[in-house]
Amino acid sequence: MCLAIPMKVISIEGARAVVEQAGARRAVSVGLLDEVNAGDYVLVHAGYAIARVDEEEARHTLELVKQLAGPLDEPQGRPPGPVEGAA
Amino acid sequence: MKYVDEFRDPRAVAELVEAIRRINAPRARLMEVCGTHTMSIARYGLRELIEKQADLIAGPGCPVCVTAQGDIDWFLEAARLPGVIATTFGDMMRVPGSFSSLERARAQGAGVRVVYSPADAVELARRHPDRQVVFFGVGFETTAPAVAMSVLEARGEGVTNYSVFSAHKLIPPALKALVAAPDLAVDGFICPGHVSVIIGSRPYEFVAREHGVPCVIAGFEPVDVLQSVRMLLAQVAAGRSEVEIEYGRAVTPEGNPRARAIVGEVFEVVDARWRGLGDVPDSGLAFNAAHADMDARRRFDVEPPPAVEPAGCRCGEVLRGVIQPEECGLFGRRCTPREPVGACMVSSEGACAARYRYRRTESAK
Amino acid sequence: MSEDLHAPSGDIYAPFGDIILLSHGAGGQLMAELIDRLFVAGFDNPVLRRREDSGVIEIAGSRLALTTDSFVVTPVVFPGGDIGKLAACGTVNDLAAAGAQPAAMAASFILEEGLEQALLRRVVESLRAAADEAGVAVVTGDTKVVPKGAADTLFITTAGVGLVPPNVEISASAARPGDAVLINGGIGEHGAAIMCAREGIDLQLDIGSDCAPLNRLVGALVEAGCDLHCMRDPTRGGVSAALNEIAEQSGVCIELDEESLPVAPAVQTACELLGLDPLQVANEGKMLVILPQQRAERALAAMRGAPYGAASTVIGRVLDGPAGRVQLRTAIGPTRIIDRPVGEPMPRIC
Repeated sequence: MCLAIPMKVISIEGARAVVEQAGARRAVSVGLLDEVNAGDYVLVHAGYAIARVDEEEARHTLELVKQLAGPLDEPQGRPPGPVEGAA
Repeated sequence: MKYVDEFRDPRAVAELVEAIRRINAPRARLMEVCGTHTMSIARYGLRELIEKQADLIAGPGCPVCVTAQGDIDWFLEAARLPGVIATTFGDMMRVPGSFSSLERARAQGAGVRVVYSPADAVELARRHPDRQVVFFGVGFETTAPAVAMSVLEARGEGVTNYSVFSAHKLIPPALKALVAAPDLAVDGFICPGHVSVIIGSRPYEFVAREHGVPCVIAGFEPVDVLQSVRMLLAQVAAGRSEVEIEYGRAVTPEGNPRARAIVGEVFEVVDARWRGLGDVPDSGLAFNAAHADMDARRRFDVEPPPAVEPAGCRCGEVLRGVIQPEECGLFGRRCTPREPVGACMVSSEGACAARYRYRRTESAK
Repeated sequence: MSEDLHAPSGDIYAPFGDIILLSHGAGGQLMAELIDRLFVAGFDNPVLRRREDSGVIEIAGSRLALTTDSFVVTPVVFPGGDIGKLAACGTVNDLAAAGAQPAAMAASFILEEGLEQALLRRVVESLRAAADEAGVAVVTGDTKVVPKGAADTLFITTAGVGLVPPNVEISASAARPGDAVLINGGIGEHGAAIMCAREGIDLQLDIGSDCAPLNRLVGALVEAGCDLHCMRDPTRGGVSAALNEIAEQSGVCIELDEESLPVAPAVQTACELLGLDPLQVANEGKMLVILPQQRAERALAAMRGAPYGAASTVIGRVLDGPAGRVQLRTAIGPTRIIDRPVGEPMPRIC
C-alpha cells in the first residue's frame, strides 16, 4: 500500500495547503510535515501530505538509471548513513 | 504528471530490463512486501519482463487482505447500529467478512459511506452532530499518521461524535515473522516505498544484518521497481546484504519523525491478528489511554458471532508468499473478482486480484 | 455455488444472489448479469436479445430505433452540466449509436417532495437547450411527486425514437478482425467530474463532464459512407465495459494502445489519486466507432469536422481472437487484459 501522488503546493494557510497536479487541485492537510513552502511538491495520501518530494534526489535516481554501464557491485541507492533522531 | 511520467519512460524501462538481463546471478526470489507494488508490477507486466532473472512473489503488505475476519465482522455490526454512520476507505467495501460485506450491509440499510480521507469522516461528524461517525482505520504506517491526525483534529474542535476502529498494522514486525518462518526462501525484499516515507530505512536493518537478506526501498513506477530489482540482484551477485533506498526522492533514512510522533500521541503498539500470518507480536496499533474515549472498540458495545473462515481459501499461504495465486484451487474458478471468496481477490491490490485482473495475454486462464 | 464454503447457519453469505446492490447499476459485470438473467430472459424477444443500446424494429418498411434511459445522477448539478442536459444527451446518443437521428423524445419526471422549483426550472431549461442543439423536441412527458426520501432530489426517465437510415447496419455483433477502433476524444471525463464533485472527494478539476449530443457527429459519419460496423456510447462502466460487450457479441478480440488513449491530464491525476482506471470511468459525450481499417481516415476526417469530434483518434484494432477479450498494449511494452469492471468504481487508498 499505498496510493500517494506528487502534487505541487500552490498556497498554505496554517496546517492546510492547496495542492495541484496536471489539472486537478485539492485542499490537503500539511500537519504531518515540518516545513513546507509554496512551490514544493508533496506526496498526497488520503488527504494528507506525508512527505516532500526532493527534486535533487529525483534527478539523481534518473541519472543512476541511465548509468547502465556502471560496476554492478557498487551500492546504487541513497546510502543509509547515520540516522539522527530516529524514533 | 511531474515526478511520475519520467519514471514511466518506456526507453528507461527497456534499458533497465536489458541491464537486468545482463546481471550474472542465479534466478532470485524477490518478495515485494507491499500490495501497491503488486498492483504496479501487474499493471505494467513487469513480472514477465524479468522472468528469467527474478521470480517476483507477492507478500503480505495489503492491509485490506490482512485485516482479520473478526475485525470486519465487528465493524459490520457497528455499522448496523441505529444512528451510526460507518465510514471507510473504498478498498474495504466489498471485502467479505464471515457473513456479509459493507457493500451488502449498505444495501440493507446500514449507514455506510465511502470516504477518501479520514478528514472527510470528521467533517461528516461535524455536519451530523446527532449521529455517531465511526471510521474503519485500515492501513499500515503510511495511513496511520493521517488517521491519528484526524483524531487530534476532531478532539481539537470538540467533535466528540467521531471515533476510530483501529485495525492498523505495522510492517517491520510482519517482516520479522516472515524471515523467521522456516518455509520462506527469499533472496531479497522490495520494501514498501510509502511506509518507508514514514518509518525511514533503519527498521529494515535487522533483515539485512541478522538474516542476510538484501532490502531495497522502492518507489512505485515501473522505473522505480525495475531499478530496485536491479539493485537487489546486484547485491545478491556481490554477496552483499544491505538496506538501500531507491526511492530517494521521497524516502530519507530517518523517515518522517513528526508523523511518527503524531501516531505515538494517539496510538500504542499491541499484538495483532493478521489474516494469513496469525497473531504477530507488537504489530498493531491500538488507542492509548489518553485518547481511549475516541476508540470505537470502547465506545460501542458490539459483539459479532465467532469469525468463520471460508473453506478451501488459501489466502494465508498466498499472503506469506508460500504459494502463487494460481496454486490455490479456488483461483479463477470459484474465486474471481466477480465472486471473491477471500480478501486476496477482493482487494484491488491483493495478489490474487492483481494476478487475475492484469493477467498476461499468453497465460490467461 | 458459494454456500458450501461457509458455515451452514441461517445467515449465509451469498455474495451476489439475493439483493440488489449499487454495483448492479454500475454498468459492469454485475449489471450485465442482472440484465441478462432477469430482463432479457424475462421479456425474451428477438430485438431485445440483440442487446443493443436501442431496440430497432421494422414499421411500415422503415427501421425505427427506440431507446429509454433513466437518469438518477448525484449531484444533480455538476461541473459541465446537470441532470437535464444529461437526460437529453444520453437519449440522443443511444439513438445515435444505432445510426439514427432523434425524431422525438419523451421525458418523465419523478420529483422529490421539497424540491426547489428554481432547481427544477434550471433542469428543464438545460434539457431543452440540449434537445434543441440535437434538433429534437420533447413531445410528451409525465410528472410524479413522491414523498421526501423516496427519490434523491429528482429522477428523469426518457424515451427517444429515430429512423435508422438505409444502408446502415450497425450492431454490437458486427465488429470484424481488421477493423479500426476510434473515439472522438478524452475518456473518463464525466465519471471523474461526478466523483470529484461528491462530498468528501472535493477534487477540483479543470475540466467538467463531457456531456454532449453526438447525433451530428454520427450524421457526418453516415453521410461520409464509412461502412460503420459498431457504435457505442461508453457510459457507466466506461470504455472497458462497452468494448468487452462488443468483443463478446462479435466473437473477436479488441486491442487498445495505451499510448493512443486520450486522457485529459485532470482525469489522469484524479484517477491516479483515487485509484481509478480511466477505462472504467463513465463518459457522456463520447462515441466508440468500429469500422473497416480502410475507412478509418475518412471517418476521422468526418468526425474531426463535426461538433465534439475535433480530438477524434484511433485507439486500437480488432483482432481474430481470443474471442471476447479486450487487451491493452502498455506504453512500456507488455500487453495485459482489460476486464469488465465488476461493480461501481470506488476511491481507494491502497
